[in-house]
Amino acid sequence: MNITDMTAVQLSAAIKEGKTTAVEAVEAVLARIEEEDKKYNCYVTVDREGAVAQAKKVQAQIEAGTLQGPLAGVPVALKDNLCTEGLLTTCSSKILYNFVPTYTAEAVKNLTRAGAVILGKTNMDEFAMGSTTETSAYGPTRNPRNPEHVPGGSSGGSAAAVAAGECIYAIGSDTGGSIRQPASYCGVVGMKPTYGTVSRYGLIAYGSSLDQIGPLTKDVTDCAAVLEALSSHDERDSTSIARDDTDFTSALTEDVEGLRIGIPNDYLGEGLDAEVKEAVLRAAEVLEKKGALVERFDLSLVDYAIPAYYTIAAAEASSNLERFDGIKYGYRAKEYAGLHNMYKKSRSEGFGEEVKRRIMLGSFVLSSGYYDAYYLKALKVKALIKKAFDEAFAKYDIILGPVAPTTAPKLGESLTDPIQMYLGDIYTIAVNLAGLPGISIPCGQDGKGLPIGLQMIGDCFQEKKLIRAAYTYEQGAV
Amino acid sequence: MSREYETVIGLEVHVELATKTKIFCGCSTAFGAAPNTQTCPVCTGMPGSLPVLNRQVLEYAIAVGLATNCDITRYAKFDRKNYFYPDNPQNYQISQLYLPICRNGGVEIETADGGTKTVGIHEIHMEEDAGKLIHDEWEDCSLVDYNRSGVPLIEIVSEPDMRSAEEVIAYLEKLRLVIQYLGASDCKLQEGSMRADVNLSVRETGAKEFGTRTEMKNLNSFKAITRAIEGERERQIDLLEAGESVVQETRRWDDGKGESYAMRSKEDAQDYRYFPDPDLPPIRVSEEMLAQIRAKQPEFRGEKRKRYKEEFGIPDYDIEIITGEKPLADLFEATVALGSQPKKVSNWLMGETLRLMKERETDASDLRFSPENLAKLIALTDQKAINSSVAKEVFEVMFEENIDPEAYVEEKGLKTVNDEGALKKVIEEVIAANPQSVEDYRNGKEKAIGFLVGQTMKAMKGKADPGAVNQMLREMLS
Amino acid sequence: MANIISDETIEYVGILAKLELSEEEKEQAKSDMGRMLDYIDKLGELDTADVEPMSHVFPVQNVFREDVVTNGDEREQLLSNAIQEKDGMFVVPRTF
Repeated sequence: MNITDMTAVQLSAAIKEGKTTAVEAVEAVLARIEEEDKKYNCYVTVDREGAVAQAKKVQAQIEAGTLQGPLAGVPVALKDNLCTEGLLTTCSSKILYNFVPTYTAEAVKNLTRAGAVILGKTNMDEFAMGSTTETSAYGPTRNPRNPEHVPGGSSGGSAAAVAAGECIYAIGSDTGGSIRQPASYCGVVGMKPTYGTVSRYGLIAYGSSLDQIGPLTKDVTDCAAVLEALSSHDERDSTSIARDDTDFTSALTEDVEGLRIGIPNDYLGEGLDAEVKEAVLRAAEVLEKKGALVERFDLSLVDYAIPAYYTIAAAEASSNLERFDGIKYGYRAKEYAGLHNMYKKSRSEGFGEEVKRRIMLGSFVLSSGYYDAYYLKALKVKALIKKAFDEAFAKYDIILGPVAPTTAPKLGESLTDPIQMYLGDIYTIAVNLAGLPGISIPCGQDGKGLPIGLQMIGDCFQEKKLIRAAYTYEQGAV
Repeated sequence: MSREYETVIGLEVHVELATKTKIFCGCSTAFGAAPNTQTCPVCTGMPGSLPVLNRQVLEYAIAVGLATNCDITRYAKFDRKNYFYPDNPQNYQISQLYLPICRNGGVEIETADGGTKTVGIHEIHMEEDAGKLIHDEWEDCSLVDYNRSGVPLIEIVSEPDMRSAEEVIAYLEKLRLVIQYLGASDCKLQEGSMRADVNLSVRETGAKEFGTRTEMKNLNSFKAITRAIEGERERQIDLLEAGESVVQETRRWDDGKGESYAMRSKEDAQDYRYFPDPDLPPIRVSEEMLAQIRAKQPEFRGEKRKRYKEEFGIPDYDIEIITGEKPLADLFEATVALGSQPKKVSNWLMGETLRLMKERETDASDLRFSPENLAKLIALTDQKAINSSVAKEVFEVMFEENIDPEAYVEEKGLKTVNDEGALKKVIEEVIAANPQSVEDYRNGKEKAIGFLVGQTMKAMKGKADPGAVNQMLREMLS
Repeated sequence: MANIISDETIEYVGILAKLELSEEEKEQAKSDMGRMLDYIDKLGELDTADVEPMSHVFPVQNVFREDVVTNGDEREQLLSNAIQEKDGMFVVPRTF
């Protein structure tokens, strides 16, 4: 029995059966981290003592029979933009180098209630701005499938930790593909639920209208179980939605009979790597053989999603990141002359290049004289994109395509040209604009052995269809 | 001055709402707490925190809008106003720009010539207050207290319809009364629960176009407002007369020096980059919601005046004064409801109450004595249990400490002595001790009886009914 | 590049965003922002004259809390991350 290779569902069952304990499990994973993390740099913070103490507590509850369920006693890694009371939370930024939250994010509390054992905080692109985890102030994370390559981002540390066995499962956040794309690059399962399904209270905001928390797991079963635990209606998050259909594990059935799947031609066109395309179409064939109805169609406006997204996300980010000002927490410049100079120096020294780039863009598109032309225009295009999806979902249950145009690039290849990097988000970004759920599951690898991800997108609140299709594919693909 | 000028004034009035909690979190709004003890992650801009709207704030804002003849916006939103300042913990203020809750209203004011005019209300919006900045007396720094941060405000923006300081004061008085009657705020200028910024321009009499306006802040009394208006009018006219032009800017009024100065700096671009707050869903005001708020609207001053005249028959002058302060009107009605005669209640309010308020420099909203105790005091005098000078003494204590007058009179032995034998004995002693006065009285000097009454009252330590003493003296001397 | 960003614009946006860029960073920012805006200008190809801007993707509305005090004194927590504090307050450079 190798604990670090187990899924959450397998491990919690083993603990319940007395084959191992929560303490043994956390120690095994911590040992793995000790061994491997120098190579991959998945974590910003590892909370060894806290994790062991929590495991002991959870073990006692499991033995007393007060704690059951598929996450009880299972070690988890959290993206470093989720607030954890008493545990350093940096957003991989220098500006929060010493920030210790005084409260815990609602989504994390939900996991803790389910018996999760928190290992620590994973590396990410600074403030979730990036697609490679190279914009972290604490060094890049490397892809465990091939350390020459990036793990993707911004939840790269979380995806890599799952792939490297440095946790059993991990939590990420997805603003424009930040869970799905690293899941794809690292060969794990990642899901972004419908906007409003998981409370954002305690998630340090990047683009508030786009951000959602979701799981990164080893398989679809864990994905459903973790999402079920994460979801809740939170009265402290005004955008949280009360749903009575979050029993996602009930959708773990092998059945796609009659499921209508549409593949947008726009997702298979120019820029898509041939090997990725082939793998995705093969995956569609697997589902077709299992009874799904698969066809190609034209999803309009795909090319407009990226400019609309970067306008909206940058605008919201420019405002969300104003609170980092060197007063209440985090970094303050050592030398300054007066208030405004203190602001400027602290922020300029505390934020990295990509974050500053987006703050500048966001401030500009909201500034006097440009608001209508840029920001308002983007909100209108967002409405059109939503409408295009509504029309597509009138015909199909699921939209299927690649997660990213290529497999993971090498370290250092992406940051030189920001726009080129943004173009890599083309298949994931519209999902956030429209608030839809999307899942990324492994569907093979390229000639270099790098994983390829299959993306399935559902209409809002249709996570169960995605889980059912993903589970069916997973069973057939094995 | 060769030319005639007209002053054009518009007001931005901020009113602090009388809610128990802040606009977006469950922190208390109570005054006077130690710095930062009424704060939480939401009102201090902690990363990851999210706002949830206090329902009472919306209801008060709508109630004020209805009472000032505004259109209520059926689909309203909150926007973020972005600017950096240490009292603003998120460095954006949640306010309303694009879809404020109320628009297109107006109130009628009385003008100097005895006529009336309508001052238009452009809009009313909801927003959060900032924290408090305190100067450190010993070091070159400022200190921030966030207890006020997030206290709910409405901002009432008038049209530029006022032409003099008198009209401005009349408009403010009108707003204050309406809002006090609604119970939406106590509207105290001195304590900052009502604040007015003055937008002022001048133009040659008869000109069609408005001149360039300035905005004046830091006006915390009606006197300061009047002086600031006069000062700014003169400053602008002087500029125009000298062939210079008025610069559109924000100025801070220094009431001590009697002058204003510009608040502009290079770092203060006044470009607030408003955009819809993605954390707060829109507000849809339904017919039911409106009907409920309408049903709760109180009787306003005009209706009260009419009713007081018909129902209580007290003089018009009394009605003006009593209905001019909501706490006085409330006290009046509650005391009358306990069975006291309206004119007697009115006399206590118009006489001793106003006198003591003036002497102690307190507001009607600070009145401490209860209607029950006032009713008891009136009953004591009605029963001639105490005489009027004792009643005034008791009232003064009641005004300070809201004591129960019955118990107090009992305890202090202030009751009028109604024992005829005892009184007769004292009068006999007074007659014996003052033969000259007795002589004078018998010789037709009516004044002398007053002296004898006074001597008797003195000997009785005030605990006699002067009327009864007078009568008994006359009987005994006849 | 269709959008030429001037030094003044970069300076102005820097004031709004409270960012102080080095000369090198300024040049980079001018070029990056210009290119980004060229790219965003693509949105102009779409006719959106009759489209309502969508700030919130779902028709969730009227989310309220009741006016009840739920929070107590959290000053100690609040100040635990303060960069500089004095007398229970945050210390900032003199404001006026």
